[in-house]
Amino acid sequence: MKTVRIGAGAGYSGDRIEPAVELAEKGALDYLVFECLAERTIALAQKARLRDPAAGYDPLLEERMEAVLPLCARSGIRIVSNMGAANPAAAAEKTLEIARRMGLGGLRIAAVSGDDVIEPLRSGVVAAQSLEGALPPGDRWLSANAYLGVAPILDALRAGANVILTGRVADPALFLAPLIHEFGWSVDDWNLMGQGTVVGHLLECAGQLTGGYFADPGSKDGRKDVPGLAHLGFPLAEVSADGSAVLSKVEGSGGLLNRATCTEQLLYEIQDPAAYYTPDVLADFSHVAIEEVGRDRVRVTGGRGRVRPAALKVSIGYHDGFLGEGQISYAGPNALARAELARDILAERLGGGSFAELRFDLIGLNSIHGALLSRDAPVPYEIRVRAAGRADSHRAAALVVREVEALYTNGPAGGGGASGSTKEVIAIASALVPRECVSPRVEILES
Amino acid sequence: MLLHDIAHARTGDKGNLVTISLIAYRVEDFTLLERQVTAERVAAHFRELIEGPVERYALPHLGALNFVLRRPVANTVTRSLLLDAHGKCLGSALLAMEVETEG
Repeated sequence: MKTVRIGAGAGYSGDRIEPAVELAEKGALDYLVFECLAERTIALAQKARLRDPAAGYDPLLEERMEAVLPLCARSGIRIVSNMGAANPAAAAEKTLEIARRMGLGGLRIAAVSGDDVIEPLRSGVVAAQSLEGALPPGDRWLSANAYLGVAPILDALRAGANVILTGRVADPALFLAPLIHEFGWSVDDWNLMGQGTVVGHLLECAGQLTGGYFADPGSKDGRKDVPGLAHLGFPLAEVSADGSAVLSKVEGSGGLLNRATCTEQLLYEIQDPAAYYTPDVLADFSHVAIEEVGRDRVRVTGGRGRVRPAALKVSIGYHDGFLGEGQISYAGPNALARAELARDILAERLGGGSFAELRFDLIGLNSIHGALLSRDAPVPYEIRVRAAGRADSHRAAALVVREVEALYTNGPAGGGGASGSTKEVIAIASALVPRECVSPRVEILES
Repeated sequence: MLLHDIAHARTGDKGNLVTISLIAYRVEDFTLLERQVTAERVAAHFRELIEGPVERYALPHLGALNFVLRRPVANTVTRSLLLDAHGKCLGSALLAMEVETEG
């Protein structure tokens, strides 16, 4: 009986590359998928593209392709990734250049675009319906990208693409499309779309399925211990035509794959488990069964689905001012009182100014969860004062850094280790647009 | 005892929402979670950090509860001045909640 083997080569843009190489070498894969596009990544990539028209794709694209492309070309493993970010065409050109440089002829490299909808939205040709509050004014927008579904990836697969580079697509679609293509599933078979989405959702954060984000050392019976975390392996799924999947990782890789890691990842970033919205299906995770069938082998079945939503989600990245942050430490007897004095000086000097919001933390006492949850913490030997402010101008944000540093000569006794930085805030607003207003496109290059 | 003794958790962020899954190590402890870790109690636990009611979804066959919390608009991941701007540490804070052993 035919099965399809899909590996997860990255769970975010900056992810480790060596587990992807390990999967390409030892995973007997048919497909290697790299999910590299968090909510804000595309807005940052758009900023890079505005500075340089040939930029705007994933910063690690070149390094990743050099590491896996020869292996994948040799073994016939097809690569699917959203590393195209804000510029899939340039990502495909770069991959073509790498393929040629490495002597890999006859590779078909596809660029999937059409997710960028900033012009029709800004000009009002297409109306976006905000999902929360009013949308920010158009002159502050940096990017607007619709979440595409499987359709253009399927087109690229049917055209024989070996490498498919997209911009914004729904993360599970990167995995679902190869399954539809291989098994000839109908895109209107909602239960298969739902189960394929479960598989994609489990794989899309890579190491988070195989023991990453899971370890809590010293737990009872070692139930939260993860072996070999420094060499964490990434997961692969062996999927059958009915959608059922066995998740595993390659022999000898670090990490852990069991019912507990899978359950955590199944619910990761999920609201209502019975209604997970994607462009391809309204997926239902509430009947998913997770069964351990061997060491680091888990069988997953039972994903369901309902008819795909009529509208597509759009993420709008927009300028939202600047953040300034500064820190300085106090140590030894009475450190807390000196840190509190420093904080009060900062609050007085920065308050009433041009900040939309200011925040002060005493790190080492209650900076993470506030006084209520950290109530029994003893007074520590050292305290690091942190000031942070959000403002409309860079100049105002930089004032936080200056005032913290000024505590050296103008503040309490014994301040040390001052540091600070500013950054521009790129915020995200979400909206819906009618599906028919978005036209995905596929362009294919050949090495 | 602490929730940490019988359950594990994972935190995710989506805009100004934070999701926390709470999963019993042993499926038989699920009824305890379901009875004691109510949406209201989770909202009270995090009252300094979130606003509005908490939503709770139950998946008994997986021994899991899924909570959806809403953070104030100022604390969405991009604009937040918090050290943990994503709210990724919140799940660990949930595991610090006290629960009673049930006979």
